[in-house]
Amino acid sequence: MRNYLKYAVVLILAVALLALGGISCSSGGGGATPTPKAAYKVGALFATTGGGSNLGKPEEETVNMMVEQINAAGGINGHPLEVIFYNTESSAEKCATLTTRLIEQDNVLAIIGPTTSGESLAIIDTVTTAKVPLVSAAANIGIVTPVSERYWVFKTPQADKEVAAEILRNMQQQDMTKVAIITNTSSFGAGGRSVLKSDAGNYGITIVDDQTFSTGDTSMQSQLTHIKGTDAQAVICWDTDQQAAIVAQDMKTLQMTIPLFCSHGIANQAFIDEAGAAANGVVFPAGKLLIVDVVPASDPQKEVLVQYKADYEAKYGKVVSTFGGHAYDALSMVVMALKDMPEGLDTAAARQAVRDGIEQIKDFAGISGVFTMSPTDHLGMQPGSLAMIEIVDGKWTWLQ
Amino acid sequence: MSTAQFVQYLVSGVTQGSIYALIGLGFTMIYAVTRIINFAQGEFVMLGGMLSFTLAHSLGLPLAPALIISILVASLVGAGMYVLAIRPAKNASVVSLIIITIGAAIFIRGLAGVLWGVDAVRPPVFTGSNSISFLGAYIHPQALWIIGTTVVVTIIVHLFLSYTMVGKALKACAINPVASSLVGINPRTMALIAFVLAAAVGGIGGVVMAPLTLTAYNVGIMLGLKGFVAAAIGGFKSPLAAVFGGLLLGIVESFAVAANWGPFTSAYKDAIALIVLMLILLVRSGKLAEEERAG
Repeated sequence: MRNYLKYAVVLILAVALLALGGISCSSGGGGATPTPKAAYKVGALFATTGGGSNLGKPEEETVNMMVEQINAAGGINGHPLEVIFYNTESSAEKCATLTTRLIEQDNVLAIIGPTTSGESLAIIDTVTTAKVPLVSAAANIGIVTPVSERYWVFKTPQADKEVAAEILRNMQQQDMTKVAIITNTSSFGAGGRSVLKSDAGNYGITIVDDQTFSTGDTSMQSQLTHIKGTDAQAVICWDTDQQAAIVAQDMKTLQMTIPLFCSHGIANQAFIDEAGAAANGVVFPAGKLLIVDVVPASDPQKEVLVQYKADYEAKYGKVVSTFGGHAYDALSMVVMALKDMPEGLDTAAARQAVRDGIEQIKDFAGISGVFTMSPTDHLGMQPGSLAMIEIVDGKWTWLQ
Repeated sequence: MSTAQFVQYLVSGVTQGSIYALIGLGFTMIYAVTRIINFAQGEFVMLGGMLSFTLAHSLGLPLAPALIISILVASLVGAGMYVLAIRPAKNASVVSLIIITIGAAIFIRGLAGVLWGVDAVRPPVFTGSNSISFLGAYIHPQALWIIGTTVVVTIIVHLFLSYTMVGKALKACAINPVASSLVGINPRTMALIAFVLAAAVGGIGGVVMAPLTLTAYNVGIMLGLKGFVAAAIGGFKSPLAAVFGGLLLGIVESFAVAANWGPFTSAYKDAIALIVLMLILLVRSGKLAEEERAG
């Protein structure tokens, strides 16, 4: 019995080695295929399992779809595009290891992702030292600031600051001056809380109550009871769908009549499903992808939004998500830079050329907004990229 | 604080506390008979909620059979966990058995994540979702169901342990396993019964709370933690004490938010709850030591 086991182990190892050899042969032999030019290699770090999987999965699917489309159309200046995917498992440590692998072993020209802020912040030093351009798909503004220390790093999703500004501006237009905030103590919620606290004053708004809750809390009634006891004219909740849905429901239970504003963290169908009738009347800023049907044809993003939504939904048979859009924008930027890159550069020079190319992108209409990069702005999102959305009868509608 | 506000904090606290109480009850049942702290207790709650969503929402079954089936399946998982994971390790120390329950929890959670995906879901409410006014405060109808269920389950468990043969055997096993096996009570059967009952109570908690609190594959972690605290306040000895512990925890959490005094914003509510736990354990540890000496 023991012997059989031993043989089995040896056999499995042998097969595994063969398979590994096969993989390296096939990637090494890319140049030997009928395509006359070598493939451009781009690394993709997405959290397709773990806490970030709701974000990482549509990102991976989006990039897969784009690679098929680009290669079917003849690649980039005749070079096929090869994207090497690694699953970070939503872990910053794992992500750091995989980054080194992409740079040292796979010799990629650029990296898109990672999915979450924690992972992105964890690999900034690695890509900076190795001089590899990174286009992150995560929210935290610290990923691209201070820009003097982020020479190699770009990102595509809007930062908390723009989102908060959109909410506060909307309140100012409605002559609101007093607001209560309720935020998760997670890094996402805490980011929103600090930007709301620092920027509310710029819009003549005072925060009269500042409540928090923890991930996993199943009732926010006590915090909302406290808010109810103040003279707040509105509530801002900064969290993702699940617990924001509980906030909406508890406000309804407590028969609070002041409006509820939420962050872009609830920009998915899950929030409407979870909050049910309590979702109605909730207002939040988000990219235009959700409400593409009501975006006017004159909008510069209209065409790309319609196309992406149709392609994605046809291919995967599920509703498109804004997170996939972040990956769309990231890969699009890398591809634009690769298009402008001269032929025959070595890896280091090619990486430099891609970085410079991304920094020169102007008026690129993507999924999350219109981008104009510059040496002082590595997010480059132009005003007007966010739309204020109200949930009416369980449907998203654009507030103009 | 106005009366209405006071009542509102109390109502919220009692609702949350009832949930913690049901989970704490499950912890106590298994601990009393086996001395195992079952860290998969929160997973039974999750299973109850997720199953009721699948049956009542996705498959469109009428509510009552959907709830009963969910609770039965959760109990079966409890039985399966004992038979497949705990009983085979019969000679292992209690610490090893506790670690096995952690493993089982991770396994159940992972399986649920694969089966149901990662999004939170809301099973249908039992009787409407328009809140009811009560002394100037408002209460969700589902919260009344939660509180009512906790009261009924607690009474049933108490009656079961005090007045039925199996219940008395469980109690005997909890008080002195060696002596009870001498009089013909099989401790393994008792342990199996304890696991099934704990899983059933967890499942009941899951189906009754999920329409209000939402549920997802990973809610078991946090709920298990709160239930553990409830059971710890109760000293892991009597089910009634665990229920008291749960209610106390819920009410303290709620009023910790109400206090909102100086730097102590709602961010500190979990810390305040833990401080209460530590104070109680400090007071109790003296008593426990006395009991040990006496016993």
